[in-house]
Amino acid sequence: MSIEVKDLKYIYSPDMPGETTALDGVSFDVTEPSVIGIIGQTGSGKSTLLQHLNGLIKPTSGEIYIDGECITGEKKNLTDVRRKIGLVFQYPEYQLFEETVAKDVAFGPKNLGADEEDIDRRVRHALELVGLDYDEVAEMSPFELSGGMKRRAAIAGVLAMEPSILMLDEPMAGLDPQAHRDMLGLIKRVQQEMNSIILFVSHNMGDVAELSDRLLVMNKGRIVMDDGPHEIFKRRDELSDMGLSVPPIAEIAQKISDKHKDFESNPLTIGELADDIKEYRKTNR
Amino acid sequence: MAYINVEDLVLDFSKYDDDGKPMEPNRALDGVSFSVEKGSFVAVVGMNGSGKSTLAKCLNGLLLPTSGSVEINGMKTSDESHIWDIRSNIGMVFQNPDNQLVSSIVEDDVAFGPENLGVDPEEIRKRVDEALKRVDMYDCKDKAAHMLSGGQKQRIAIAGAVAMRPSCIVFDEPTAMLDPAGRAKVMGIIKDLNKEGITVVLITHFMEEAMEADRIIVMQNGRIIGDRTPAELFADTEFVHEAGLELPTVIELRDMLGMDKKIMSVEELAENI
Repeated sequence: MSIEVKDLKYIYSPDMPGETTALDGVSFDVTEPSVIGIIGQTGSGKSTLLQHLNGLIKPTSGEIYIDGECITGEKKNLTDVRRKIGLVFQYPEYQLFEETVAKDVAFGPKNLGADEEDIDRRVRHALELVGLDYDEVAEMSPFELSGGMKRRAAIAGVLAMEPSILMLDEPMAGLDPQAHRDMLGLIKRVQQEMNSIILFVSHNMGDVAELSDRLLVMNKGRIVMDDGPHEIFKRRDELSDMGLSVPPIAEIAQKISDKHKDFESNPLTIGELADDIKEYRKTNR
Repeated sequence: MAYINVEDLVLDFSKYDDDGKPMEPNRALDGVSFSVEKGSFVAVVGMNGSGKSTLAKCLNGLLLPTSGSVEINGMKTSDESHIWDIRSNIGMVFQNPDNQLVSSIVEDDVAFGPENLGVDPEEIRKRVDEALKRVDMYDCKDKAAHMLSGGQKQRIAIAGAVAMRPSCIVFDEPTAMLDPAGRAKVMGIIKDLNKEGITVVLITHFMEEAMEADRIIVMQNGRIIGDRTPAELFADTEFVHEAGLELPTVIELRDMLGMDKKIMSVEELAENI
């Protein structure tokens, strides 16, 4: 499984007063199963990029290859592409529409032409993956679920298509703390079980630091950094110039360094910072 | 007497079956009592579905009590003759900035509230300018509202509330849909408004924001299960988890390091290393 993006350009409303270059020469590739976080300010091109990757938007120029196959050529049949690449939009629970959760989750595979037995298997598996109990929720109306459960049901609808690449746009936004933790766990679990590539867009740097194996930083339609989260979040001044912040935990580490000049830490998680502080206390006693 | 007085408030949402017959109603609030002093800053936290937003809508009479009472400055929301007084006293700012802008131009949007109060045009001009400056959006006053970023739209929504000259503003997850820069800006404005004397009720999922309040009300299943200062609440880890909440990062770090429970900020934590 692989994604290869070559010099992607996209211009909104070309030759119109509102002409905007949304993507300005984006190139990257992913060859390993991994979780990839995409960050960037509002308007930097993150969502536009995701929409290109499953063929919702055709680029003005440039190419995208999924598993070596070009999806941006003329008259490409995109059904196959969309089967392979699942896209979960922002606030996907707004798109729930069926009478029961089971029917809603089954909608995708049904449209792919799967048979009854296969659909049932997919629905059960997808609900299990997102941590919902089939027997409990299958016959419920999706609108009776809590906010966090609704979102998981909506994600199950995408997983039921059994994509090999999953993309999520702001999957954690607006969830309460408990549902937020559940969603972080869900993404990790899905990645491991499906051994897939997961791309996600988020404004929450804490989540990005915790989940990502690799980070793409976007600014004004370009990818300006492409590296591991440790390396990226060291570059706090550059990020700040782009209107981006470091994870709250790195912010705390910085404030401690301001007070204790010889304290150095570049943490992604609270555990890493706690360890560094303990170490520092030991050596300074 | 306290500015907001809520007593034994119950709110039911009616439910009907497919044939239109009434069913057992959904009890969103189940005996809620609390009061808020003028000028204070109260946060309301709790899981989705715990009744926070329903409570917010009860405070300015958008929803009326099934039983019990809500009193604002001595006026009951259930008393129809007071409802407009109450609504001009209690401003509301909701989560989604796109759902609360009514005009296409920024300054028209901010003027909508005072216009409806029947304020005269010169005074409206003054209030709109002041309110826009208050949220640092004066330079955008003749821009199209839909072209602004989420954080900017939310600031316009706050300006709209401020232009009504309310004595209290209820914020229902005002930063949930914003990026970090937008969130920081909006939180700064909320704190400043409170310092200027406006009573603030802030509903939020972000514990870092709740920590800024004088008091935190914790809700679960339509009831208040805790009403404490931030220091008291976040000293009680077990309770925080039972309520489906989490600790602010600084507090969690403090506890991992086994430091004094009195420590409530990064600065204090750094000093004690």
